Amino acid sequence: MNSRTIEMRWHGRGGQGAKTAALLLADVAFKTGKQVQGFPEYGPERMGAPITAFNRVSDHKIRVHSHIYTPDFVVVVDDTLLESVDVTSGLKADGAIIINTSRSKEEILPLLKGYKGGVYTIDARKISIAALGKYYPNSPMLATAVAVSGVMDTEEFLDEMQASFQHKFASKPEVVEGNMMALKMALEEVTRKQQEVA
Amino acid sequence: MSIKERMSGNEAVSYAIKQINPDVMPAFPITPSTEIPQMVSGYVANGEIDTEFIAVESEHSAMSAAVGASAAGARTLTATSSCGLALMWEVLHIAASNRLPIALALVNRTLSGPININCDHSDSMGARDSGWIQIYAENNQEAYDNFIQAYRIAENKEVLLPVMICQDGFITSHAVENIELLEDEKVKAFVGEYEPEDFLLNPGKPMAVGPYAVTGYGMEAKKNQEIAMENSRSVILDVAREFAALTGRKYGYFEEYHLEDAEYAMLIIGSAAGTAKDAVDELRKTGKKVGILKLRVFRPFPGKEIAQALKNVKAVAVMDRSESYRGGGGPLGVEVGSALFMERVHIEAVNYIYGLAGRDFTVENAIEVFSEMEAMVTEGREVPQYQYVGLRK
Repeated sequence: MNSRTIEMRWHGRGGQGAKTAALLLADVAFKTGKQVQGFPEYGPERMGAPITAFNRVSDHKIRVHSHIYTPDFVVVVDDTLLESVDVTSGLKADGAIIINTSRSKEEILPLLKGYKGGVYTIDARKISIAALGKYYPNSPMLATAVAVSGVMDTEEFLDEMQASFQHKFASKPEVVEGNMMALKMALEEVTRKQQEVA
Repeated sequence: MSIKERMSGNEAVSYAIKQINPDVMPAFPITPSTEIPQMVSGYVANGEIDTEFIAVESEHSAMSAAVGASAAGARTLTATSSCGLALMWEVLHIAASNRLPIALALVNRTLSGPININCDHSDSMGARDSGWIQIYAENNQEAYDNFIQAYRIAENKEVLLPVMICQDGFITSHAVENIELLEDEKVKAFVGEYEPEDFLLNPGKPMAVGPYAVTGYGMEAKKNQEIAMENSRSVILDVAREFAALTGRKYGYFEEYHLEDAEYAMLIIGSAAGTAKDAVDELRKTGKKVGILKLRVFRPFPGKEIAQALKNVKAVAVMDRSESYRGGGGPLGVEVGSALFMERVHIEAVNYIYGLAGRDFTVENAIEVFSEMEAMVTEGREVPQYQYVGLRK
């Protein structure tokens, strides 16, 4: 896999779980033997305020403790942020942006200020409601981020997440199946979109 | 065998606390240290430790209860940040002057105002003359390692002083990173049991804590407190050596990174040192002789050692993450300048203020500082002796 450090920036709103998703990504990348960093940047502490979270994943020790200004990948957990936050700021042209939206890629593109790299839309709400019956965008967004960034093999990712969910939801095993379903549905959708691009 | 894990700085310190299983923890929550009492009270509720957790009504009460518990003979700690530390102010001095070996997990956050939850060092630097030992961490690993060493230093009979284990709010406290943990039994064996000589709950040897001292004795008490701080110097190094034998991780008053042949040095505390190390690596690739002195122990202040470590550089950038409002720089700027003067080390020194209220400090910022040092020396560029990094124009 990639020997350099992969940098990822997450944009969400307070309460939506962008920070949790970044920490989950750090967690699962750690389990595959990587050096990891996952951290949030808080503005005012309130629900709904824009928040940013960051990931670095590397084969080498990570010492830098600054934010990420030129990410390889950007994940937008709430598409209403596209109008107010400069989500593609510094995003590398050979990288990609992943957006949780029910809108089509064609509808989203004009909001991306001419970004030339990969653009992936995923309807995390639809997937989450189909798989879990509730709207938790974390699992589908995490799976999409893993698939698009290639920080780890997707099979390895699913194995680790299965173990992680079984541990986390030990008292409610029914949730494990739904979350695994959400991950797989997102992976299938993003793989299909990657093939369309290729 | 060490245990490879990943956790945030707050989790790491909480885990160290769990492994140590201290006797008493009074605490009042404040961002970004809240997770520490939260996690410790979880360990208590789950029966994993038998620490007496006291939910108090303020930080003044937290430190007061810590003083009471420690004086009674209990191994005691608390955690706080920012205004929480400020509210402890009066009692910080009581803890130190009563020679109580309390540990405080400080998660550095700026003091108000403006109200801001992010990191700078104005809280701990404000308490720099309260008589507490202060040890700072670059990352979660160091916060964990420092906490495990804390009681060995504080409880040493030649020291008996409280110790503040500091880490950068959010930057390390809320960042999940790789870490190597020690097994519980190794931590317990390293830290040992607390066996106070004099304590209130000792019916065989009644004593008073905190009595009035008439002018005939007050000054001697204060001098004894200063001697204790002086004694802590060798204890800090002894404990670090033992810790290195156990873990392979070496600590001292400070860490030198490519300082040996450096022409330009940066003296910096905390998480920003890691960022500055990346800048050093980049500059070294282009042939620039630059290095870092990362200060770990700020109290006692290792002035002589700092001056000796810097004596061969052409210029040093002294980086302060707090403002003194003295009209001329931050606390490190003053203390390092004084140490260089006292040791007759004649090098250029510039005091930079950076990272206030969580302002990000980047690799590029560090490179700019090094470039300015070089231009000052090689081109004679006029450089203000006290200035800000990353300030909006």
